[in-house]
This record gives sequence, structure tokens and C-alpha cells, in this order.
Amino acid sequence: MTPAFLILALVTLVSAIAAMSLRRLVHCALCLALCLAGLAGLFLTLDAEFVGFAQILVYIGAVAILIVFAILLTRGDEPAAQGPPARSWFFGPLVAVVVFATLGLAINAWTADRSWAPKPDAVAKKAVAVKQLGAKLMNDYVLPLEVIALLLTAALIGAVIIAMHEREAKP
Amino acid sequence: MTPLSAYLLLSALLFSIGLAGALTRRNAILVLIGIELMLNAANLNFIAFWRFGPNPEAATGVMFAIFSIAIAAAEAAVGLALIIAIYRHFKTTDLDKIDSMKG
Repeated sequence: MTPAFLILALVTLVSAIAAMSLRRLVHCALCLALCLAGLAGLFLTLDAEFVGFAQILVYIGAVAILIVFAILLTRGDEPAAQGPPARSWFFGPLVAVVVFATLGLAINAWTADRSWAPKPDAVAKKAVAVKQLGAKLMNDYVLPLEVIALLLTAALIGAVIIAMHEREAKP
Repeated sequence: MTPLSAYLLLSALLFSIGLAGALTRRNAILVLIGIELMLNAANLNFIAFWRFGPNPEAATGVMFAIFSIAIAAAEAAVGLALIIAIYRHFKTTDLDKIDSMKG
């Protein structure tokens, strides 16, 4: 394991835990942005430059800012009310631990069976260039690209219509 | 070189953290943040499997991750719009208090 991977993994995990456990919503959103930045760094260590930079642009530049806007618009900055602990405080982490145990066992069994695991030296040294990615998007993946464009347009219009729905009903 | 299993374990941990948060927290925005974390864990798996796979020239994992990021952006926009609409109606984003389908 390289030091870059260890540092990025530590940053990502700690900020993810913080984003899910801090009390104030704005702190959670900022920790989410840090976690997404760590993930972008992990993508860069995996030689996926375009995905790493798209992660920074889309997630940190748009989604995290959108979440901060939503937090401010819903005035959710006050700390959550100290209600009685719900049952989900016990069952949520329990389900998560069970899921992680299952995934960990599967990964462990997979690495134990080394017969078909790809060898590191067989991995291509060179990353796929952005030019190749663009050519693939315009040739092989042009239909999914158009579908995604349609989906993004529909989501944009739908988000605006949903968010401004009850404007006139309010005094 | 970091082994593939390290990336897979990190992704599984990230997914579990997001799942625990989405199941436990009561604020709708925090549930959405948990879902974003789970989506990102899946993206990390796509990229890791592509990088260590037998045919990286095909770039299928990268393509899948790019489309997944686009879908996550659309999902976040619609989800946050829904949360804002619900806040206008119920004056709260606490999921325990939003328990009626009829306004």
C-alpha cells in the first residue's frame, strides 16, 4: 500500500464518519465535501484522471454547494432536538455492520482465491487519455450519452417545478 | 502498488458508513448525504475494478463511473427540491415528524 492511498483513505473515512455523525448540518455538508475530495484523490491514484476531475467539478462544485443551499433554505442549522433515541439508533448501525461483514467476507474469500485475481504487472501502465474517452463517448456510447442528457434536462425541469410548487399557496 | 482488495475494503467501509447514516439520522438532508456516500462507494468499486481488470483499454469502468456521476447529480437536484417542497409544507425536515401522506 502506498502512503498516498493510506492518507487519502484515512481522510475519506474520517470525514465520512464525521459527515454522518456531527450535530450541525453545515459541518456535515463540509465534511461530505472533504470526503468527496478524498475520493477524487483516490480516483487520481487509480489513473482515472477524468473521473477524478469530474468528481471535483460535479460533486464538490455542484452537489455539495446544492446541499449547503438546501440546508440554509430549510433553516436546518439549529442542532437537532434531543428526542428519545429511536429504535433506528440501534438497528441502523447493526444493519450496516452486517452488510460490511458480508462484503468483507466476500472480499476476503476472493483474495484467498488468487487463481483468477489480476496480477499487478498485468495492469496497463498508461491511463486512458481524455481524447480516447471523448471518442468513445461520441461513438460507442452516444446513445447512453443522449439518454443522460434527456435525464438531466428532465431532472432540471422537474426540480424547478417541484421546488416552486406551493409558492402561491403561501401568504 | 496498492492491492485491489484494499480499495474494495475501503469502498465497503464507505458504503456501510453511508448506510448507517441513512438509516439512523432523522434529517432528510443527512439521509441524502448518506445516499451520496453509498453512490460514491459504488463509483470507487467501478474505477478499481476497471484499473485492475484484464482489459483497461476498453474503459468501461470509467464510462460507467461518468454516467453514474451524472445520474447522482440529477438525483441530488430532484431530492433536494423534494426536501425544500416538503419543508414548505411541513415546516420541518425531521423524517419522524413527516408521517402523513395527506397534507
